[in-house]
Amino acid sequence: MRAITMTRAAVRGLVCMLACAATAGAQTIAITGGTVYPVSGPKIEHGTVLITNGKVAAVGANVTIPAGATRIDATGKWVTPGLFNAATTLGLAEGNPGSGGYNDSHAKGEKGVSASFNAWEGINPASTFIPPTRKDGITTVMVAPSRGNLIGGRAAVIDLNGESVASMLVKGPIAMVAELGEGGEARAETFAHLREVLSDAKVYGLRKAAYDNGAVRALAASREDLEALAPVVAGTMPIIISANRASDIRAALGIAKQFGLKLVIEGGAEAWEAAKEIAAAHVPVMAGAMNNIPGSFSTLGHRQENLALLKAAGVQVIIVGDGGGLGEDNYNARNVRYEAGNAVAYGMTWDDALKAVTLVPAEVLGVSDRVGSLQIGKEADVVVWSGDPFEFATVAEHVYVRGVENLERTRQEELTDRYKTKPPAYKKP
Amino acid sequence: MRMRFLLPTLLLSALSAAAQRGPGAGALSAPNANPFPSTYTPYPSRPTVIRNVNIFTAAGPLIRNGAILMQDGKVVSVGATVNAPADAVVIDGAGKYVTPGIVDDHSHLGANAAPNVWARSDANELVNPVTGYVWVEHSVWPQDPQFPRDLAGGVTTIQVLPGSGNLFGGRSVILKMVPSPSVQGMKFPGAKYGLKMACGENPMRVYSTRGPQTRMGDVAGYRAAWIQAEAYRRRWDKWLADKTGDPPTRDLNLETLAEALRGNILVHQHCYMADEMMQLIDVSKEFGYKIRSFHHAIEAYKIADVLAKEGIAASMWADWGGMKMEMMDGVRANMAIVHAAGGITIMHSDDASGSQRLNQEAAKSMAAGRAIGINVTEEDAIKWMTINPAWAIGLEDKIGSLVTGKNADVVLWSGNPFSVYTRAEKVWIDGAMLFDRTDPRQQWRTDFELGFVPVNNGGSR
Repeated sequence: MRAITMTRAAVRGLVCMLACAATAGAQTIAITGGTVYPVSGPKIEHGTVLITNGKVAAVGANVTIPAGATRIDATGKWVTPGLFNAATTLGLAEGNPGSGGYNDSHAKGEKGVSASFNAWEGINPASTFIPPTRKDGITTVMVAPSRGNLIGGRAAVIDLNGESVASMLVKGPIAMVAELGEGGEARAETFAHLREVLSDAKVYGLRKAAYDNGAVRALAASREDLEALAPVVAGTMPIIISANRASDIRAALGIAKQFGLKLVIEGGAEAWEAAKEIAAAHVPVMAGAMNNIPGSFSTLGHRQENLALLKAAGVQVIIVGDGGGLGEDNYNARNVRYEAGNAVAYGMTWDDALKAVTLVPAEVLGVSDRVGSLQIGKEADVVVWSGDPFEFATVAEHVYVRGVENLERTRQEELTDRYKTKPPAYKKP
Repeated sequence: MRMRFLLPTLLLSALSAAAQRGPGAGALSAPNANPFPSTYTPYPSRPTVIRNVNIFTAAGPLIRNGAILMQDGKVVSVGATVNAPADAVVIDGAGKYVTPGIVDDHSHLGANAAPNVWARSDANELVNPVTGYVWVEHSVWPQDPQFPRDLAGGVTTIQVLPGSGNLFGGRSVILKMVPSPSVQGMKFPGAKYGLKMACGENPMRVYSTRGPQTRMGDVAGYRAAWIQAEAYRRRWDKWLADKTGDPPTRDLNLETLAEALRGNILVHQHCYMADEMMQLIDVSKEFGYKIRSFHHAIEAYKIADVLAKEGIAASMWADWGGMKMEMMDGVRANMAIVHAAGGITIMHSDDASGSQRLNQEAAKSMAAGRAIGINVTEEDAIKWMTINPAWAIGLEDKIGSLVTGKNADVVLWSGNPFSVYTRAEKVWIDGAMLFDRTDPRQQWRTDFELGFVPVNNGGSR
C-alpha cells in the first residue's frame, strides 16, 4: 500500500516537473485573440491576458507581448477568471466512511460547538476529486466544515493546484460556519444557545487575562472555541449561517444585528421571501439555482428564481451547488458552472451569474485582492473556454492556476483511456 | 389491456373463475395479474398543431421548421407540414423544439416523497433481503409535490422502483405524471411490472449482521430465491394443467419471481461495478431469465461490448460517482462508450431533482463523448431519455417517439433541449396539455402544496 502511494506521488511529481517546467521556465504566457471577461470590467473583444510569474501582468485589447512569451491562441474562445466554488468539502472526503473511504469534514464538537475546527488542515491535496474539478475550470474553492453542528468550525479558501495545503492556501481561516433550523433542539433554544456562545465569546475577549487566571465564571464553550469566535464577534470574520426557512433567516439577521456580525446566509431556500430585509442588512446569500423541491419543512419555499429575485432586491449573491443530488460540494463541485447557467435560465443576467461564481465570493470572503477577476497583480487563475462556460457543450481548454497549467491525466481520464476501446488497454503502448 | 400479458392463459381462466365468485365466496384466491388495475383516463384534449418548430422525433433525423398534429390523444402526423383540422389549437413554435415526453426508468417519486420525512420514506422494506412480495405502488403518495416538478421538466412517464437495500426489492410501477387522488389513476394502462433487484454494497450494509454480509452472500441469496421460484412455478403450472387436489398455497414473493422467470415481469438490476454485472448475467443464464436493464451501471463502459451483445440496457447518470467504494470508477464518458458499442443507452435519474433535467444530463454525456472522439448526435441523445427507457419498461410500442399512432406525449421546449438556458414550456400527455409555464392555471399543485408551499408568483401561501 505504502509502495503504491509513493509511486503515485513520484509519478505526480514527475508529471508536474515536466508540465510545469515549460511554464516555470518561460514564466510569461500571453493568451491572445479571445473574448476576455475580466469580470471587474466590461468584456474585451480580441483581448490579451498576459501572465508573468504566476500573476496577471496585463489585460486588454492592446497589450504588448514580451519577446519569448509563450503564446496561446484563444481566437474564437472565451477567457474568464478561474471559477470560484464557495461551498465545498474538496479534499476532505472521498467515498464515505460507511463504505470505506474517508470523511474529515465534520468535527465532533461539544454541545454542537466546534468553532476551533480548522477543516482545511485535513485536506488531502492528492484527492482524486481535485484534478477533474480543476480541469473543468474551477480554480478556487472554499473548503468548509460540513453542517450538523450549531457552530461547525472555520473555512479556508484554496487554489486547486499544489502538493501541500500550505501551497494551495489562499487564506485561512476565512470564515466561521454555523447552522440554524430544524434539529434536535427547539428553534428558540438553538437561537438562545447561539446567542449565549457569542455573548461568552465577547466576555472571553474582554477578560482574557482574568479567564486565564480562573477569575471568570464558566463560559458556554471551550477556550479554543471562544478564541476562534473572537474575530466573529468583533465583526471582522464572516460567519456563514446555513438557514433555509424565512423565519430562520430573519432570526439570523436579528442575531447578526445584535452582535454586530458580518453575516452571510447559506442555503437560503426561502431567502426570496425576506429579500428586502436581507438587502437592507447588506447580507450576502450563497445559494443554488437547481433546487425547487420542498424537501423539508424548512425548505417549502424552494424555487429556482430565488437568486434572481434576491439580486433584483439588491442582495449580493454567490452561486453554489444546490442540485439536490449527490456530491455538488465535492465530487461534482466542478458542476457549479451549470448551476450558474440554470440561474440565468431562471432570471439572472449572464454577467451577474459569472460574477456570482468569481468576483462576488472573492469579495464576500475577503480575498478579492488575490482572486476573482482578471486584474493586474492578482493570481493568474485563468480559463480558456471553447465557448460559453455555462453551456454543456463547452470545454475548458486551458486552465491556469497561479500561472501553471497542470496537464496531469486525471484518474477518470486514465480509466476512460483504458476502456474506450475493447479489449481494454491494461498496458500502456 | 387487463391481464393481457402477465400470466399464461391457463392461469387467467382460473382467475376469472375466482373473480366471478365475488367477495365472501372464499377458498380460491388464485394468482392475479392485475389486482390493482389502472383507472387512468386521459384528460380532455383538443386537436393541437405545433407548427414552425424543430422536432426531435426519436425515430429519425431532426425535422427543422416542421409541424406535429395531435388528436384524440394520439400523434396523427409529423413532418414538414401537417393538415390541421379547422378546430385545432395552433401553436407557433418558431425557434423552439419539440420532443417526445421524457421517460425516466428509475424514479422513487411518491414512495420517497417530499418533504423527506420518516412518514414518507416508503421505498425500502428493509426487513428481509428477499421482498419480492412488496409492490411499490402501495407506497406511492399521489400528492407528492415532486410529481408536478417532474412534469415541468418534460417528464411524462416514470418507473417508480422500490429501493436498493434488498437483493429482491419488490415490484415497480409505471406512472403517468397526472394529477389523481389515487395511484391507480396514475398507472399506465397495460404496462408490465418490473422487479427491482440490487447487488453490491447496499444489501451487504443493510444485512451486515444477519446476512448477506458479503458479495458471495448476495449471489447465494439470488440463487436460493430463484431455486424456490422455479419450484413454485412448476407446482402452479402443474396444478393449472390438471386442476386436481388443492391448489398450491400462494406466496406473494414467489409469484413475483415466477412471473419474472416467465418473462412477464421485467428485471431491473441495480449494479454499479462491471465484475458484479458479469456475475449477474451468469445468474440470469443459470435460471433462464433476462435482465432488462442494469441501473446506475457506473462501470458499464468497461463491459459495453458484453452489454450490447446480450441486449441488456444500461440506465446511467451523466456524472455521479465517488460516494462509496463501488462508485469510485465513474467516468463522464460512460454513456457515450456504451452508446458507441451499440448498447441500449439510457439516461436515468434515481433523483427527484435530476429527473427534472434529464435533458441537461444528456447534454453533459454527449459533450463527454465528443471530448474523447465519440460523436453522439443530438438525435441519439434524445433517444437516451425517450425511446430507450420506453423499451426498458416495455412500452416502446406506445410512447418514446413521435410517430403516427403513438400516444401524444409531447414536450415543447423554449429552445434546443441540450442548452442550459432551455426550459420545457408546455407538456402534453395523451394529447392533453398538463403543463404550461406561461399560464399558472395550467400548473398542477398537489394537495400538499396548498397552504404549505408558496405560489410561485411570490404571493401568499
